[in-house]
Amino acid sequence: MIEVELPPGRFRPPELTRDSLRHLLRRTWASVALPFISILLALVVGAIVIVLSQLIVPGRRVDLTLPLAAYAALFQGALGSFDGLVRTLVASTPLVFGGLSVGLAFRAGLFNIGAQGQFLLGALAAVWVGVMLRDASPFIALPAALAAGMLAGAAWGFIPGFLKAVSGAHEVVTTIMLNYTAVSVIAWAVSEPLDQPGSASPITATVENAGLPILIGRTGHAGILLAIVAVVVVWWLLFKTTRGFEIRTVGANPDAARYAGMRPRFITVLTMAMAGALAGLAGAVVLLGVTRYMTASFGTTVGFDSIAVALLGRSHPVGIVFAALLFGAMRSGAPLMQIQAGIPAELVDVLQAMILLFLVANAVIRRVLKLRGVEAGLGTTETITRTYGAEAVR
Amino acid sequence: MEALIELLYSIPVLGLVFQFGGYVVGIVPAIAPSMLRAATPIAFAALCGVLCERSGVVNIGIEGIMLIAAFTGWYVGVLVVPLLGTSSLGVFGINAAMIVALAAALVVGMLISLLHAWLSITVRADQIISGTIINIAAFGVTSYLLNLIAATSPRGAGVFTQLELPQAVTDLPLVGWVFSMFVNQGPITFSLLFIVLVFQVLLFRSRWGLRTRAVGEHPRAAETVGIDVIWVRYRNVVIAGALAALGGAYLTMEGINSFQFGMTAGRGFIASSQALGRSIGFSPPSGQLGDLLALLPGQLFDALPYLVTIVVLAGVIGRSIPPAADGQPYEREATT
Repeated sequence: MIEVELPPGRFRPPELTRDSLRHLLRRTWASVALPFISILLALVVGAIVIVLSQLIVPGRRVDLTLPLAAYAALFQGALGSFDGLVRTLVASTPLVFGGLSVGLAFRAGLFNIGAQGQFLLGALAAVWVGVMLRDASPFIALPAALAAGMLAGAAWGFIPGFLKAVSGAHEVVTTIMLNYTAVSVIAWAVSEPLDQPGSASPITATVENAGLPILIGRTGHAGILLAIVAVVVVWWLLFKTTRGFEIRTVGANPDAARYAGMRPRFITVLTMAMAGALAGLAGAVVLLGVTRYMTASFGTTVGFDSIAVALLGRSHPVGIVFAALLFGAMRSGAPLMQIQAGIPAELVDVLQAMILLFLVANAVIRRVLKLRGVEAGLGTTETITRTYGAEAVR
Repeated sequence: MEALIELLYSIPVLGLVFQFGGYVVGIVPAIAPSMLRAATPIAFAALCGVLCERSGVVNIGIEGIMLIAAFTGWYVGVLVVPLLGTSSLGVFGINAAMIVALAAALVVGMLISLLHAWLSITVRADQIISGTIINIAAFGVTSYLLNLIAATSPRGAGVFTQLELPQAVTDLPLVGWVFSMFVNQGPITFSLLFIVLVFQVLLFRSRWGLRTRAVGEHPRAAETVGIDVIWVRYRNVVIAGALAALGGAYLTMEGINSFQFGMTAGRGFIASSQALGRSIGFSPPSGQLGDLLALLPGQLFDALPYLVTIVVLAGVIGRSIPPAADGQPYEREATT
């Protein structure tokens, strides 16, 4: 990149006058209006689903106030108590990592549906190393287990990146295949090399000293702090480094990037590996901080939640934090909703899909609601499908 | 002959290949009907994908369409069977409730597909994200509803049964198993065989097929000769939704008569096909080949379909080149 010397004193930070404040407010509104409206509309659709779904259950009276009871319980479960708040933070932590993973890939014009598989492999590597080092000093065991998870995720992300760069195999298909493969790898690893002798069903030992320490409440583990660090690192990488500039340029226009002397293939492989590392960390953090052992059916919804988080957060690290908190709150509040209002926790998946639907259909929403000066819902993702039928990246 | 086979099998390394060949030849007649049955939902999904992509629309929401269709086919059957009863209409064990259920599954599949068509053709949203949304929503809605109704212990309307050829035909030497593979099947598998043949002819030998492919390869050129690109794409994506819905309905209406969480996806689906493999009880190979395979973890075979897909996609067996306009929304030129 060319460094341009700027004359000193010409670029003073603007003073905060009433006009500039209004401008700032307008810009903030422009970028949060659509996500906000999408969430509201999704809640409305969710309420309709709750009411209508009672119709198909034989012998059930339709209760029109049920949506209110459901949302109240959801809210109370997520934010109504100190324990609930901590659970929300814990549930949001892997979503921050996963959202960063998918969002980083979006910035490079790649769709990392593989966060799911990278998460699983990261968790597997973390439990493997964690069990091996369970009696070692925590200062060795914990970093080693985290690093193992990160590397395993990176490897699982490298494969689709490499295949795309070499042969043009689209990452959407290869990562979905690798997601299923990861399930089989875990089923094998937990029932063969890692199985604890003497247990009825395949299960690993606990990670003991390699576990993340609990810092707040009963469940608030140190992974929450790691997530904050990850947000800062990814923000810095994307917006303050040459590499980040290259990633964003390749995402915006691979051809222009190549003419400017960048290497889109290399960036593709690197970004997928970094995205994999972030998703792998998500898996490692959940395993070392929450479950602390693994069964053969270890599963998660983090991979697909992460896609929603990245889209709602517009692939920006700060937006991703807020989106992850929202979906984390929904996940942690859902059990209470199920108990108190009798609404299955999967309503959260429906809400999530509806939020994405309204974000994707933003052009229609803007026209119907006559929103002017509001930014599109998904700023950075237009390149994904464009590369689907195209030749290999050059 | 026996001695020659023994000799071939005993060649080091290469002998294993012969053993594998011999094993496959020995086992195919027994598993061929089940193979076709297991392939039915996958083949329908693939037909849906081909039709969408040939028209220039990427559809990765097929899985979601199948899942919702599978649920609809099963649960509409549950709901209408008390009204219509289970008296069979004769062939395939069909009853009136099953016909209503299958129709409902097809309609719902087409409606979901219409949503995808609207998002990708009219709204011009990112088609892969649109497909992902359909998948998330399908998993969410079906799991939500299944949880909601689980307490009512629903009973399905029954499954389509297979034709049974007389034993004398299926036991014919050399060709008997071919009859049992293609005739001892249920109606949805039959419709697959029929649709594959018709689809092949239509896509490459008819006006509709030519237009479909033109719209996928070069929509602007198609428009200049008077083809309504938007309409052709809409129609094809909705028809493709019906194909995927048939594949989904197969799972709950010809496979097993109940719905399971995310049953189209990896684990549930592999599990059911494995169960199928066990129920017909073919034995694993013996001899050196058996010893070698016993060393490999069973989970490797679970992952095999996905690994094979990656290998194929990576271009090991020739490149597959998608239609040129695949995934690109079409914008009419402004008329002045």
